[in-house]
Amino acid sequence: MIVIGYSADAFGRAALEHGIAEAKLRGTTLLVINSTSGEAYVDPRFARSDEVHDVERHLQECGVEFELIQPVGVDTAVELLKAMDRDDAELLVIGIRHRSPVGKLLLGSVSQHLLLECPKPILAVKPDER
Amino acid sequence: MENLDWLIQGFEQAATPMNLLYAVIGVLLGTAVGVLPGIGPAMTVALLLPVTYNVSPSAAFIMFAGIFYGGMYGGSTTSILLNTPGESSSVITAIEGNKMAKAGRAAQALATAAIGSFIAGTIGTALLAAFAPAISRFAVSLGAPSYLAIMLFALVAVTAVLGSSKLRGAISLFLGLAIGVVGIDFLTGQPRATFGIPLLSDGIDIVIIAVAIFAVGEALWVAAHLRRRPADVIPVGRPWMGKSDWQRSWKPWLRGTAYGFPFGALPAGGAELPTFLSYITEKRLSKHKEEFGKGAIEGVAGPEAANNASAAGTLVPMLSLGLPTNATAAVMLTAFVSYGIQPGPTLFEKEPLLIWTLIASLFIGNLLLLLLNLPLAPLWAKLLRTPRPYLYAGILFFACLGALAVNVQPLDLALLLVFGLLGLMMRRFGLPVLPLIIGVILGPRIERQLRQSLQLGGGDWGSLFTEPVAIVVYVLMVILLLMPLVLKLMHRSEETLLIVEDDKDQREKAAQS
Repeated sequence: MIVIGYSADAFGRAALEHGIAEAKLRGTTLLVINSTSGEAYVDPRFARSDEVHDVERHLQECGVEFELIQPVGVDTAVELLKAMDRDDAELLVIGIRHRSPVGKLLLGSVSQHLLLECPKPILAVKPDER
Repeated sequence: MENLDWLIQGFEQAATPMNLLYAVIGVLLGTAVGVLPGIGPAMTVALLLPVTYNVSPSAAFIMFAGIFYGGMYGGSTTSILLNTPGESSSVITAIEGNKMAKAGRAAQALATAAIGSFIAGTIGTALLAAFAPAISRFAVSLGAPSYLAIMLFALVAVTAVLGSSKLRGAISLFLGLAIGVVGIDFLTGQPRATFGIPLLSDGIDIVIIAVAIFAVGEALWVAAHLRRRPADVIPVGRPWMGKSDWQRSWKPWLRGTAYGFPFGALPAGGAELPTFLSYITEKRLSKHKEEFGKGAIEGVAGPEAANNASAAGTLVPMLSLGLPTNATAAVMLTAFVSYGIQPGPTLFEKEPLLIWTLIASLFIGNLLLLLLNLPLAPLWAKLLRTPRPYLYAGILFFACLGALAVNVQPLDLALLLVFGLLGLMMRRFGLPVLPLIIGVILGPRIERQLRQSLQLGGGDWGSLFTEPVAIVVYVLMVILLLMPLVLKLMHRSEETLLIVEDDKDQREKAAQS
């Protein structure tokens, strides 16, 4: 099983595409996680229902077996690490973005936390520069 | 023309660079807190009260005026983009505004709300400048019995007419009156409800109660409901309007203003009724009836203008009679007291420059809001991404700092916590906050007027009904209380059917979210 940390932006979509390609290659299933801490009134990285439908349709078209979950009120890094603890989880795919030192200090970096803590391989991708 | 001279002097005072800076700060802060659901202008003014102790009164009130109007603007942004009306007065705006935004016309909805608010606010402030001095001159001639009657009317109206449940309103009111009793009786010198604590004999500072109920109560409430599924915000560009939007908007703006101001100016206050009446009128008069319920621009323009005009109207009883009828006015009145200014009918005589500076700064604030709000709308929408723990940590910090700064007594911090818990409980059980604050502020003043009238009348209760104004007000009060009963007995007219329909709509919305 491949776990994808999805966010509703270019980084999440890049992770999704690479995850799908990898799943096809390995002939395995996908677990797409789009979580939110639920602390702000609005979280643009949390997919709206129409965006969720688009992602689901896209996954179906690609013909990979998948599961998409949207946990609310959790820490994104903790949630992904928990999924990676499962025995059948083999790879984590995340999109990584630039973070200023100040931004890291204030809000932390989910990517950095995952890269350092996750015991299994991680595929860190970036959206195409276009 | 004496008033005009004073107004010009007020503008001179308000237009100094330092005061303009305070106006800009107030306007930005007000819009920001208006955009964030749960944090209103009343809470902001309450939090800023202790901070402004070292600032001149006129500068402080210029800032408060900006916060007052800014909160209105910000509230409409949230109700249009999020369908989460921050306060009851913008519930109606959310009905059509959110539908418009969903249909891809968010920019037009925001524009008509902002420009309508500006027009209504400017006309409302002009009417305030025209009427408030006259009313205050009339009010000076009133004796204690009339004044008592008017204050009682405000209490009854705020408790019974506004809000959903009369019982809940009354519970909140009596809590407020009870808190107002604490301290030494001014006539006999006996301590009342001080529980043997000498520090309580001065009474509980209203600033602490306001900060606790508005800020600490809200923070605890949010903490208890922290992690939630985020709302869907509708992305928005710069607000603008096409020619047909202007044509469809200007009449609703003016009609909304006409509804809003008189309702706000009554000692009953409240923006729910005028916004609703404006909505019904626009629905009936509109050439695009089929669009109502799907996002009609008239349904945003009218109620939003009514909302702002009524906000300007509520300043009439506040400045001319010293009667607050909404939460922000109540806290601003507290600010008057903390500056050693006695609110009441003599305000225009004793502090003309301060009052006219305040009125002038309302005009300036309104203009600033229009200039800032149109280009900055996308930025305000981004503010909603702030994580609440950061936000409320800051609010609690300022609340504690403010409560301690009032008298530098550790006891005040304990009181802050106690009343904060009371605020949490009130939110938990759906008690409205406004009657409590009005009760705390008006309770002691009503008591003073009552005992003064009784002393003058030699202890005869009949002396309360000697002045014609008092009798008229009491009659109005009875009518106000009996009206819902009478309406219920009469068969339902078309309008009440509409009310039921829209109520149901709102409830369904609430159930969904």
